[in-house]
Amino acid sequence: MLKGLDLDLRDHEVVCLIGPSGSGKSTLLRCIDLLEPIDAGRIAIHGRDVTARGVNENEVRRSVGIVFQAFNLFPHMTVLRNITLGPTEALGLSRTQAEERAADLLGRFGLADKKDEYPDRLSGGQQQRVAIVRALAMQPDIMLLDEVTSALDPELVAEVLNVIRELAAGGMTMVIATHEMGFARDIANRVCFLDAGVILEEGPPERIFTAPREERTQRFLQSIIEAGRM
Amino acid sequence: MIVWLVGRSENWPAIREAFFNLREFRETLPEIASKFRRNVLFFMVAEPAILALAMLLAVMRSLPGPVFFPLRAMAIVYTDFFRGVPTVLVVYFLGFGVPSLGLAGVPIDPAFWGVLALILSYSAYVSEVYRAGIETVHPSQVAAARSLGLTRWQSLRFVVLPQAVRRVVPPLLNDFVALQKDTALIAFIVAVPEAFKMAQIFQQARFNFTPLLAAALLFLLITVPLTRLVDWLLARQRARRQGGAAL
Repeated sequence: MLKGLDLDLRDHEVVCLIGPSGSGKSTLLRCIDLLEPIDAGRIAIHGRDVTARGVNENEVRRSVGIVFQAFNLFPHMTVLRNITLGPTEALGLSRTQAEERAADLLGRFGLADKKDEYPDRLSGGQQQRVAIVRALAMQPDIMLLDEVTSALDPELVAEVLNVIRELAAGGMTMVIATHEMGFARDIANRVCFLDAGVILEEGPPERIFTAPREERTQRFLQSIIEAGRM
Repeated sequence: MIVWLVGRSENWPAIREAFFNLREFRETLPEIASKFRRNVLFFMVAEPAILALAMLLAVMRSLPGPVFFPLRAMAIVYTDFFRGVPTVLVVYFLGFGVPSLGLAGVPIDPAFWGVLALILSYSAYVSEVYRAGIETVHPSQVAAARSLGLTRWQSLRFVVLPQAVRRVVPPLLNDFVALQKDTALIAFIVAVPEAFKMAQIFQQARFNFTPLLAAALLFLLITVPLTRLVDWLLARQRARRQGGAAL
């Protein structure tokens, strides 16, 4: 899937991955969170090679937060339990501590009144925000967002983007795969255009969106404009 | 229609006398009913054991990687064997065979071996039901759980199994019904008093089949409500799936 790419990330940096379907954005994010095995190369977090032998993958995953396109909330648990499961079982917090943390995060993002609801009673936007809170509850060093608004009705997209904006403003290091070009332009420190498993082009958003160098980048952005999404 | 045809046939009086004899029914029912308690007892002992053993087998089967191959293999051999051998054979084998060996330190109560045979047999079927349930839990659920840093065990325990078990409640309840009926198989082991055996004894002593009908009715008393419950649960599941589903 991924044919060879290098990506360096600095603390507090927000990198947006754009590109056509199948270009490898999701795969890249999943690889970083050690959800997909890599055939060659290495992934290092804070200087530590996490793809080396003998690394405790579960431990690594605790410090990397990922949110998927399809929310993936646990349907048999309330919102609160969805959020406290990781902290209590993987981080060893007590129930009370975990619930405090959850309540705090839910409050910050306007979801406090939903804490005892089951996911199927929430709107798509609410579910996705809960999914983000669930990842944040683990207090990760880096957040990976995999096209988190692509499955949402348009009117629900904004509430989720605002949450992400807040995170970025708070200094969270993030890699965001997205089709929302306007949003990417706003929020990214750097934009990478992926195509067929490689990073074809990368650079600051102003340059990528207004003066892309590669022809395929130009074609992709053109199709996005034509689709009315930028 | 069949009932009407039978009722109209020439032999109806004879049939009624042999199978639907009210006097026989009234006289034998109390004794059979009291023995039916044993059937229910067998069921209440066997069912939790089956649910537990089957869960163990299903989990063993799902362990990935070469390290766990022996456990997987054991589970496969076990389920293949006990799904392949008729339950009645296992009941007979253990119920007659083991007590007759006269081994020291081993319980000789044939009822014990009969129930154990049911447990061993049914666990094989139920573990397959669990496995099917586990397989319907979408891999994205596992991905979400692992991404939080949960171990494979934790993902299984908190995310996969709760969902899997909820989904297979209807087929599990069907197995409950089957088990309740199969407690009658223990009658094949002589000297274990339960409803079918009791009915058999009456039938042989009084040359009348009505006691068997009485036994059948007692079984129906339990199995029919259970079956209706399964139907209701299935209907509710279907309604939910069509009504809700954001995922």
